[in-house]
Amino acid sequence: MSLLQARDLGTPARAGEATVELTIDGIPVRTAPGTSVMRAAAEAGIAIPKLCATEQLEAFGSCRLCVVQIAGKRGFPASCTTLVEPGMEVSTETPAVAELRRNVMELYISDHPLDCLTCSANGDCELQDMAGRVGLREVRYAEGESHVHEPADRSNPYFDFDPSKCIVCSRCVRACGEIQGTFALTSTERGFGSRIAAAGGEDFMHSECVSCGACVAACPTASLMEKTVVELGTPQRSITTTCAYCGVGCSLKAELQGDTLVRMVPDADGGANHGHACVKGRFAWGYATHGDRITKPMIRNSIRDPWREVSWEEAIGHAASELRRLQHAYGAESIGGITSSRCTNEETYLVQKLVRTAFGVNNVDTCARVCHSPTGYGLKQTMGESAGTQDFDSVLDADVVLLIGANPTDGHPVFASRLKRRLREGAKLIVADPRAIDLVDTPYVRAAYHLPLRPGTNVALVNALAHVAVTEGLIDEDFVAARCEGDSFDKWREFIADPRHSPEAVAEITGVAPADLRGAARLYATARNAAIYYGLGVTEHSQGSTMVMGIANLAMATGNIGRPGVGVNPLRGQNNVQGACDMGSFPHELPGYRHVSDAVTRAAFEAAWGVSISPEPGLRIPNMLDAAVAGGFKGLYVQGEDIAQSDPNTHHVTAALESLECLIVQDIFLNETAKYAHVFLPGSSFLEKDGTFTNAERRISPVRKVVEPLAGYADWEVTQLLANALGYPMHYGHPAEIMDEIARLTPTFAGVSFDKLDRLGSLQWPCNDEQPEGTPTMHVDAFVRGKGRFLLTEYLATDERSTRRFPLLLTTGRILSQYNVGAQTRRTANIRWHEEDRLEIHPADAEDRGIRHGDAVSIESRAGVTVLRATVSERMQPGVVYTTFHWPASGANVVTTENSDWATNCPEYKVTAVQVARVESPSAWQRDYARFDAEQTALLAGERDGAPG
Amino acid sequence: MDPKRLIEMANQIAAFYASEPDPVAASAGVADHIARFWDPRMRRILLEQASAGNETLVPLVERALREHGQRLG
Repeated sequence: MSLLQARDLGTPARAGEATVELTIDGIPVRTAPGTSVMRAAAEAGIAIPKLCATEQLEAFGSCRLCVVQIAGKRGFPASCTTLVEPGMEVSTETPAVAELRRNVMELYISDHPLDCLTCSANGDCELQDMAGRVGLREVRYAEGESHVHEPADRSNPYFDFDPSKCIVCSRCVRACGEIQGTFALTSTERGFGSRIAAAGGEDFMHSECVSCGACVAACPTASLMEKTVVELGTPQRSITTTCAYCGVGCSLKAELQGDTLVRMVPDADGGANHGHACVKGRFAWGYATHGDRITKPMIRNSIRDPWREVSWEEAIGHAASELRRLQHAYGAESIGGITSSRCTNEETYLVQKLVRTAFGVNNVDTCARVCHSPTGYGLKQTMGESAGTQDFDSVLDADVVLLIGANPTDGHPVFASRLKRRLREGAKLIVADPRAIDLVDTPYVRAAYHLPLRPGTNVALVNALAHVAVTEGLIDEDFVAARCEGDSFDKWREFIADPRHSPEAVAEITGVAPADLRGAARLYATARNAAIYYGLGVTEHSQGSTMVMGIANLAMATGNIGRPGVGVNPLRGQNNVQGACDMGSFPHELPGYRHVSDAVTRAAFEAAWGVSISPEPGLRIPNMLDAAVAGGFKGLYVQGEDIAQSDPNTHHVTAALESLECLIVQDIFLNETAKYAHVFLPGSSFLEKDGTFTNAERRISPVRKVVEPLAGYADWEVTQLLANALGYPMHYGHPAEIMDEIARLTPTFAGVSFDKLDRLGSLQWPCNDEQPEGTPTMHVDAFVRGKGRFLLTEYLATDERSTRRFPLLLTTGRILSQYNVGAQTRRTANIRWHEEDRLEIHPADAEDRGIRHGDAVSIESRAGVTVLRATVSERMQPGVVYTTFHWPASGANVVTTENSDWATNCPEYKVTAVQVARVESPSAWQRDYARFDAEQTALLAGERDGAPG
Repeated sequence: MDPKRLIEMANQIAAFYASEPDPVAASAGVADHIARFWDPRMRRILLEQASAGNETLVPLVERALREHGQRLG
């Protein structure tokens, strides 16, 4: 539970007008049909005692503490499970009710330890509160058999389960099912013997529990309690902020004791998460104070030199003078910058402004280059805006969900929970993924279709889906006629109706059974509301942009745009990757996705910034790296990114980094990229600054400073120092002033301000005069570009195909407990769930190669070789292998190639032709990496130990 | 920058626009994409390769560079 959470009305709100009139304790009450008596009373200010009820869960009616009397009805009905009726007369406090409640409470307390003063929930315990509320003064039962000496389960690294304090209210069991959708907990046996257990009778750590914390939040006692609260005590104050992990962007309450962060609790009012979180956001925040944090600026002349700690003034001065030296020696275009999708909107805005003003170039890019840049391009081309069309709540109105190349239970777990809820309600799911991801078959969820396509054949698949819709008369002709360009639709209809796009014709390419593909197409195209959700399995291909266009074509042709329950929904990876793109981080776009060649836009920025801006696009990250290797790019400022680990073809990336004369890295850790740096500027974690993040649903949410920056400055302040040192004045006093500037210059943000965010909690852009409180659903009456535009999406096989030498296709992805390059999660107890990256391989492929579960295996591509241990798994299809990239020594990107999307240069991480073989030792790259890592650690350690530089 | 890599990228762009039935529109599409997304130095190298008669450029790229070279230069 949360000490600092808002008042809980006991049962969930019901939609609809307040048309039911009744009286409660003589007070006239009007509420919506379907509302419980408990909630109706609470809405009228009458708090009925309760234990098993919470507004986060459906009523259960087990604790009997909430009994009331109702005129004309017999007995004492539970107010949580009794629904309001017109004319009902409810009495919540009669002598009979009071006596009954005391008796109920007496029974609870008779089997509960009386150690309140030393209990971790003291002052934060609903049982304690209710005992006082009902006036319990004695327990008359003699000591006898009880649960008070049952041992606690402390196996989970973040919370304890103490059955001695459990009242078996089942809130945890219901939270695991209703909110999280995992169903890992159960209530065993009956009567006195009943107890809560992780399914399978194992301890929490070894059960199916995913450590989302929903059970801990739901527990009314100390039975499920965060270890940090056990250790530190109950928090005393709370600051609402936004999670810095995935693109769901959960609102969290940072609860503190003094200046010490005790726990992070999901915010019930959070627009993106509605009181839920996952193992990362809820628990994995300890990295922020990890001993690896670097809090002093450092410089060195060469990457073989030891680091030297210096003052901020010296570090910034050195960085500025080096950048100017390089521009003087090699030309203005020889330097650039990379903004961070982990930093705030205000910080990314400032970095791109720095590059365009103080550097005087458009050589700025961001990590969206390697993830969702095709989303921005493809959706802009077809619909006119580089963003998803819906809010997350939209999924609750979907009847069919087409999930392509995304694994939400691992990558976007809080959204996955909402999706699973809708699927349990009866919505149908189609999964298009080479792997049998969890959602294909998980408790109470089974996909209607799993289309296990071969990696690299997305476009053939989406074309075949559209072919079925067109040739079987499933087009929404009215929608197309009213909302889309007639010419482009006619051309597309003729293109897609060609038999070469039929499911039968592409089966050889995709590997998907034509009947399944036809069935899936019909299911999608005939649904009342059909929604597409997709991830990096769509974008990280040589045809990533084409696939995004194909998705948009399909959604527009079937009329699934512009209302709740439908849409095209990219599940974006990082917390602020949407925001980083919005803020002008791309080398061809100013904030708000306006091309640098647009003279009107450029003039507005030039007037505000007092510089002239080049109308030509700058270099993208892969172009910067290529130019660096070629000798024409010499200086790079990287804020909060780790391209040495995350970008493809590690040999090429590190060769490029080594060729730079000045690499400036601003980060909280000495990440892999920083090992090639000459200037290190210590960054600040999301807990140490103010600003905003924008999530995958375009929701701008506040990030609020919880503690002071460990290094003395927030990231935006460091960028400002660098700008000033370069002679370009920046004098913002607070990030709110930066957002004000963004709003002045960016039409889609015109109505955004910190004040409004404080008032409303969050805002979905576009937010302007027409939509002053934001836009949950886009393209409602018209597309942003006017009419929807269909584009021809011919399938083209990637050049990266399996051969005799490299017969398997490697695809990469993420796991629940880890986050991208792992810089944060590897520095938390989450490593207990994922201590290493492994190679998943189908049993047939493993057997062919004599590989057993756990063997070391080499993975070799034309780019390089690395070695991982094997996990033999039928989740894989034959011919396809899979790994994650959370550990730098794994070298997953040593193997991936520079192949990229035709439109955006987004790397083709999802398809690499490889061979796999059993080996006994690490690869040559891994041995070299270990040496380099040790050398760089020593160069840092010498400084940190106070050794001479 | 490696001309071979830039040619591969340009050829990829052409492969997308090759499905456009109108060759004039296809050529314009290739040129417009390169103009809007490629840094000028990349464009210059590509134009140099075309001028030098690099045979690995696909015909649609050659046509785009020929018809829209001024915009790309």
